[in-house]
Amino acid sequence: MSAEPMASGAVRRRPNYRLRRNLSEAAALAFGVVIVIWTLTPIYNMVAVALESHGNVFTNDIWPAKPSLESFSIVVTEGYWYLEYFWGQFGNSLYVGGATVFLTLAIGSLASFAISRMRIRYGWLVSNAALLTYVIPASFLAIPFYRIMNIYDLSNNLWSVIAAEVTFATPYAIFIFQQYGVCIPIELDEAARIDGASPIQVYFRIYLPLMAPALVAVGTYALLLAWNEYLYQFLLLSSKKSMTVPVALAQFLNSDEAPWNYMMATAIIYALPPVAIYYAFRRRMTAGLTMGGIKG
Amino acid sequence: MAYPVAYGLWLGRDPALYAELMSEPIYQRTVVNTTLYLVIGVNLKMFGALLLSGFFMRRGWWVKGLLLIYVLPWAVPALPSFMSIHWMLNGQWGLLNNILWNVFGVDGPGWLETSRWLALGSVIMSHIWKWMPFWTVILLAGRMAIPQELYEAAAVDGATGLKRFTYVTFPLLANLYLICTLLSTLFTLGDFNSVYFVSGGGPALSTHVLATLGIRDAFEIARPELGVAVVMSALPLMIPLVILLMRKLHTAEVQL
Repeated sequence: MSAEPMASGAVRRRPNYRLRRNLSEAAALAFGVVIVIWTLTPIYNMVAVALESHGNVFTNDIWPAKPSLESFSIVVTEGYWYLEYFWGQFGNSLYVGGATVFLTLAIGSLASFAISRMRIRYGWLVSNAALLTYVIPASFLAIPFYRIMNIYDLSNNLWSVIAAEVTFATPYAIFIFQQYGVCIPIELDEAARIDGASPIQVYFRIYLPLMAPALVAVGTYALLLAWNEYLYQFLLLSSKKSMTVPVALAQFLNSDEAPWNYMMATAIIYALPPVAIYYAFRRRMTAGLTMGGIKG
Repeated sequence: MAYPVAYGLWLGRDPALYAELMSEPIYQRTVVNTTLYLVIGVNLKMFGALLLSGFFMRRGWWVKGLLLIYVLPWAVPALPSFMSIHWMLNGQWGLLNNILWNVFGVDGPGWLETSRWLALGSVIMSHIWKWMPFWTVILLAGRMAIPQELYEAAAVDGATGLKRFTYVTFPLLANLYLICTLLSTLFTLGDFNSVYFVSGGGPALSTHVLATLGIRDAFEIARPELGVAVVMSALPLMIPLVILLMRKLHTAEVQL
């Protein structure tokens, strides 16, 4: 084999090679440690402050002297005047997130089905317009959106927030579904049609099941978007009972003596669902994202 | 979608608003901040993502584990993490200065309270913290799509190390990198959360960017027309970016 003549050379060089490999591995490890510190410091801070007992926040400890779960129990039992509607607000967040996911998936998949499968006229125009709106920053449209919702008397209504989130998630959904839909052979549709299936049946029986991976990716994306979003929820929801968790959290920030340990405990509880869902669907998510579009 | 855009254009139609903005020192500072935010923030983030995506191509179980930790900022919602950073950078009680004091015996500065540049730097770093993992994953997927045979062929021709990167990896990634940078510029331009929650535009309104100043003018000063005008003044930058991006996306047929 061609490896034979190389072998003697490799034997002579081996110690050097091994040293170099170990060195590079060590450098990589050191670099890895830097990355871990960089990534985890803010999260560590969140946990450390949340474990602090009340009144001990203003110390110079790096780790709380007497870690306690007190703040978590206060958040869970709504035992502080700022937190009196915590579970209701958490429910609002879940409701907004769930409705955003569902509507984004429904509208996105129907639109992409109509454009690429039923080949409606001017379909390309819709997909281009979707792409265009995908790149307009949401925060730039907040002011007109707020005014419009006020004109229609929809402020303080969760549906106005859901409408906003769906508006910003749908272009991306259409984009990804179209990319993914190309991989599904059109012959399947034709075969079903010859067997007498209506477009609705084709959509439910063939298109949706085959699109499942893309649906999962876009659904996760839409949930993260709704969970990350603050500005619209802040502008559109002002009463304590209708607001979502991020808006309530930001209200803490504006109070005179912000109880940081409660805030951080709330923040951690709020962060748990998306983190869990994200890690559960991580593989699908990256697959879906790299399929075409990109949006944080 | 078209309705808010059209309504926004209509709200910001009065040229006098722009004249008023131009003469306002806060607005001038905001434009400088936005430019710095975009130029430094986007480039540092994308370049870091490019390097890190190469790092995560390494084999080994611990690199995979590290990637899992590294993508955490992307999964944690924006608001809790930015609030945590805000408190962490507090000059008197924040974690960062506590560490500086306990470990090095140095009294750290008030990161967000004292100087405009420190605060702006903190905001940019927070933005990078939150969004770099996302772009790293995208570029990592781009790198994975490069067939291994190309590297083998290049190795036979004697290209290793840096040469391998400049002659094989980068030409293949260049288009993706450009598209990502353009998209990232647009998203960063509209980034409200990191500025609003880390520095809050302070100290003394010196670290606002266009997105946050627009909201401030519209809702804190209650002049929505002025707020729209602030946001609209980003159009001369946005329109060319969008056109360039659409062209790139079409020629590439979005094979990211």
